[in-house]
Amino acid sequence: MKRVSPILVFAVIVLAVAVLVAIVGNVFTPYGMSQQNLLARLKPPAFMTGGNPNFPLGTDRIGRDMVARLIAGLQMSLSVAIAGTIIGAVFGSLVGFIAAHFRGWVSEALMMLVDFQASLPFILITLTLLAFFGNSMTLFVILMGLFGWEKYARLARGVVLSAINQPYAKAIVALGAGNGRLYLKHVLPNVASALIVQVTLTFPQIILLETSLSFLGLGIQAPQTSLGQILGDGRDYLSTAWWISVWPGLVIFLVTLSMSIVGDWLRDRLDPMLRARTA
Amino acid sequence: MTRFWLLKILRTAPTLWFVVTFTFVVLRTSGDPVVALVGADATPEEIEQFRALWRLDDPLWVQYVRYVMQMATGQFGISYRDGREVIDIIAERVPWTLMLGLFSYIGAILIGVPAGIVAAIKRGSTFDNLIMATAVFGFALPNFFLGILMILLFSLSLQWLPSSGTGTVWHLIMPAVTLATFTAGTLARFTRSAMLEVLDKLYIRAAAAKGVGYWKRVILHALPNASIPLVTIIGLNLGELIGGAIVVETVFAWPGIGRLLVTAVSSRDLAVVQGLVLIMAVTMVLANLVVDLLYGLLDPRIRVQN
Repeated sequence: MKRVSPILVFAVIVLAVAVLVAIVGNVFTPYGMSQQNLLARLKPPAFMTGGNPNFPLGTDRIGRDMVARLIAGLQMSLSVAIAGTIIGAVFGSLVGFIAAHFRGWVSEALMMLVDFQASLPFILITLTLLAFFGNSMTLFVILMGLFGWEKYARLARGVVLSAINQPYAKAIVALGAGNGRLYLKHVLPNVASALIVQVTLTFPQIILLETSLSFLGLGIQAPQTSLGQILGDGRDYLSTAWWISVWPGLVIFLVTLSMSIVGDWLRDRLDPMLRARTA
Repeated sequence: MTRFWLLKILRTAPTLWFVVTFTFVVLRTSGDPVVALVGADATPEEIEQFRALWRLDDPLWVQYVRYVMQMATGQFGISYRDGREVIDIIAERVPWTLMLGLFSYIGAILIGVPAGIVAAIKRGSTFDNLIMATAVFGFALPNFFLGILMILLFSLSLQWLPSSGTGTVWHLIMPAVTLATFTAGTLARFTRSAMLEVLDKLYIRAAAAKGVGYWKRVILHALPNASIPLVTIIGLNLGELIGGAIVVETVFAWPGIGRLLVTAVSSRDLAVVQGLVLIMAVTMVLANLVVDLLYGLLDPRIRVQN
């Protein structure tokens, strides 16, 4: 048994705390995320002079409690990222399986779509669709789901193509198993580790994409909030109230950093071959 | 040989066609294209004029062909916000983004590649660990947050650099550094792994055996071979750079096309959005083509395989 590195422990703790806080929600402060306290506007964190112990991390321009804002933002950013990751992984893998199964022109056509998406920065596709269709929560989550599907598709197609040529798969087909049984019960478990590794790579990227867009004012819209949106909100108050921008930035940084560290570790554990190829 | 170049060039055609078709389909499925391009508060005369101009009563495929032709010749239409030609609005912003992009790209290469080389030859040293830790940090630190932290430190606390806008060389520093950080980190990581792979090869040992000096081995024998995957990464990173410019230009109020895109999207100035997306996408596709061609130039094996 290898010694567990303290960095990994730190990363796991950060992620556990983040998820826990997002789940239990707003029990750390009596204030709601949009509750205004106009007598306590732009209050600095409690540890600074002029801080108010009722608002440990300070308040924003209309006196909303930063702790409550951060929890709501964390909940939004995590749920959007989780939803986006699941949609992208399922959709992309499905496309990959279909391409691998039918081969021929179906595969060619699907792979052309994959190449198209891979050839453009995803933020361009997102911004086009947001501009033309107008922003809505549904569209936004779907867009986050579209992020990275092409990577799953490519990966799934490749691994499935090599898996169905393995003797075990041929034996199962020879025994009379149908396609559903072959792919779901036998091939999927064998390609799962590669797909899981991909999940750990795309999850932090989706968080960064969502927070970037929300920061630009093009993602999550008020009265909803996300970590990026809070950060963008604080931009106009940098000279007087740095805490509005710095806290959400720190949370984003810690969560994505931890996810990358855990992902790296997982990659080593699950698939040493893959690491050699992608490192 | 000629066949290799031709094939590569032909392969970019479908992607370009996809991009144009994508904007056409989006334009047509998102609602009335007239309202989309002229703006919701256009007068009936303006709408009529626009319909006649774009001949929207023709069959769809005729319109499509015409659309492709127009986009190919840079006729992106007119911005409904200030009534100017989209191509002119974009043209005056491009130099700013080029300046910022070139500055940060060259900076990223000058820092990232040597850092990766040193990390590879001093593998396992403190310097190596430091570089790799910085690269991981750079990956997780969103560029908008890095930009904000820099403004807080260098503009507001130390008051060394202006927080936004243009005018002097000093204005360029923070946006360029913010934009370069991520790219430099990625380059350092990839240079390191590419060098590590090459340094283990037999021909490097053979060179050592026949008495070639250490630095000569690293620079003349290993680096050219490691540069093959590196060129791909530098090309692929152009996309990251464009994405980064969108955010960074907004943070520092830099008047480039990234910021133009953000304002156009939020005010739904769709003709501008469409023109910008096409131009950015075409730039990307052409850059990838150049990378592909360079690839063949650097590595004769690839030319033969194809």
